[in-house]
Amino acid sequence: MSQAATIVRSTPASRIAGLIALAVLAGIAAAPLWASSADLRLITEILFYLALASMWNLLAGYAGLISVGQHAYVGLGGYLMFSCVLFLGMNPLWSIPVAGLAGAALSVPVAWLVFRLKGPYFAIGTWVVAEVFRLSAAQMASVGGGSGLSIPVSVMRDLGSKDQRETLIYLTAFVLCVGAIALVYLLLRSRVGLALTAIRDNEIASSSLGVRIGRIKLFVYVAAASVTTMIGTLIFITKLRISPDAAFSVNDWTVFVIFIVVIGGIGTIEGPILGTLLYFLLREFLADLGAIYLMILGALAIVIMLAAPKGLWGLVVQRFDFSIFPVGYRVRRK
Amino acid sequence: MALLDLQDLQKSYGALAVTQNFSLTVEAGDLVGILGPNGAGKTTLFNQITGTVRPDHGAVWFDGENVTQLDASRRCQRGIARSFQVPHPFVGMTVYENILVGATFGRSTFDPRKLALDVMDKTGMGAKANKLAGSLTLLDRKRLEMARALAADPKLLLLDEIAGGLTDSECISLLDTIRDVHAAGVTIIWIEHVVHALMSVAKRLVVVDFGRKVTEGDPAEVMASPEVKSIYMGEDAHG
Repeated sequence: MSQAATIVRSTPASRIAGLIALAVLAGIAAAPLWASSADLRLITEILFYLALASMWNLLAGYAGLISVGQHAYVGLGGYLMFSCVLFLGMNPLWSIPVAGLAGAALSVPVAWLVFRLKGPYFAIGTWVVAEVFRLSAAQMASVGGGSGLSIPVSVMRDLGSKDQRETLIYLTAFVLCVGAIALVYLLLRSRVGLALTAIRDNEIASSSLGVRIGRIKLFVYVAAASVTTMIGTLIFITKLRISPDAAFSVNDWTVFVIFIVVIGGIGTIEGPILGTLLYFLLREFLADLGAIYLMILGALAIVIMLAAPKGLWGLVVQRFDFSIFPVGYRVRRK
Repeated sequence: MALLDLQDLQKSYGALAVTQNFSLTVEAGDLVGILGPNGAGKTTLFNQITGTVRPDHGAVWFDGENVTQLDASRRCQRGIARSFQVPHPFVGMTVYENILVGATFGRSTFDPRKLALDVMDKTGMGAKANKLAGSLTLLDRKRLEMARALAADPKLLLLDEIAGGLTDSECISLLDTIRDVHAAGVTIIWIEHVVHALMSVAKRLVVVDFGRKVTEGDPAEVMASPEVKSIYMGEDAHG
């Protein structure tokens, strides 16, 4: 018989990195205690993008579902929040779980439609669906039609003073973002993750080994849609105003998100984190340049795609074989 | 009741008929070799058995159930596993993780992690457990194909040209593994060009050409038959 073997799922380095990550997380969670109001808003936005990027990475990087229509769910979340607040008199924050359920429910028929399309056609199909969402919102007079509408001041006042509101929204964003990353991490460590990694590497072989590809992809699509809808809800709570063009903006909620994932490293949990930090650094320093800023972003994306197809985190993995979030299985003999 | 019953399978790509009126019965415990020239439709036949390709006509019965409309993953869960002619490893996963996929999603209800360890050691891949499959040599990739398929705990194992490109000593160790698997009760269908390897283990040979079954029967008799000689030696069968 063979030597006794055990399966390990972390390394000493990853355990230390995990502890450091927890400490950093605690510091970020305490941001309302140390950050100025402007900084808090910036960190909130960073958390939004990090959560959106983690969801898109789950879809595209693991399930191979290259969607360029995730802004459909961001906008859906925004409009659901406005509807809950205006028509049902709900607290805006309570509309988040409602939006999560509604986003998941709506994504099932959308998946039924777009899953018939493969590869580039799938991508185009998702974009078309997002356009349909935008046009539908513009047709609904009750939510302001094409020009949109604002949240009544009284509704926001109910959430407390300006400081209290900002802290509350910040903490909600923090929970959503950490929850999104934790969801991806736990999913990837589960048998779903094993199936997703196999699918990523070879669909035919995974299917021949019993992996139910359609079911796994549907599950991932619905999960990503649900979380993205919830993030959309919170984004528009901070914006206080919604219009179809802002809610269903392909640039804001899909293009920048794809940029983040691609430069950071697609198909890794760390990639979107690195990508989000880089994107906001670039934005803070270069956004004043206007159109030139966007050209720099585009050029950077192209250079990274050519020089490091697995993104910047891919370079780290290649050089150091290191992971903060280990999802694999290693065999250790005693 | 036969384990596998192929009933009048037909498959065409455009005007090209790759499987024509193909019927075959395989009993549990059998070890069937399939021979035929390149392009005879052997792999397409495998694809129809595993569900990667659906036949245009005909039925695939497995273990008393009509599985013609089931996809490859469901057929695997019922006990059909395969190796691919061109290995399809999960290149970004380790050897152990590759095998774990079969153990987790295949037919077995046994603890997948233990099963994968067990299969890995039995197929001689243990020393390379933590190596990325993408970095393996051809021989190891072929071994991994078989290990992964075995981890799915098949009743029927389909091997597609698994001995091609191996040295003689590699081939001998492969044959030992195949005998062990067969002795453990797994029914095997093996497509192979390395005739002497096939002859040394097969109980029955089926010869395929132009998508049709040319002949089948006892290996020695089949190899001596005029039809096979005409295919392989270019001899006039009636000359």
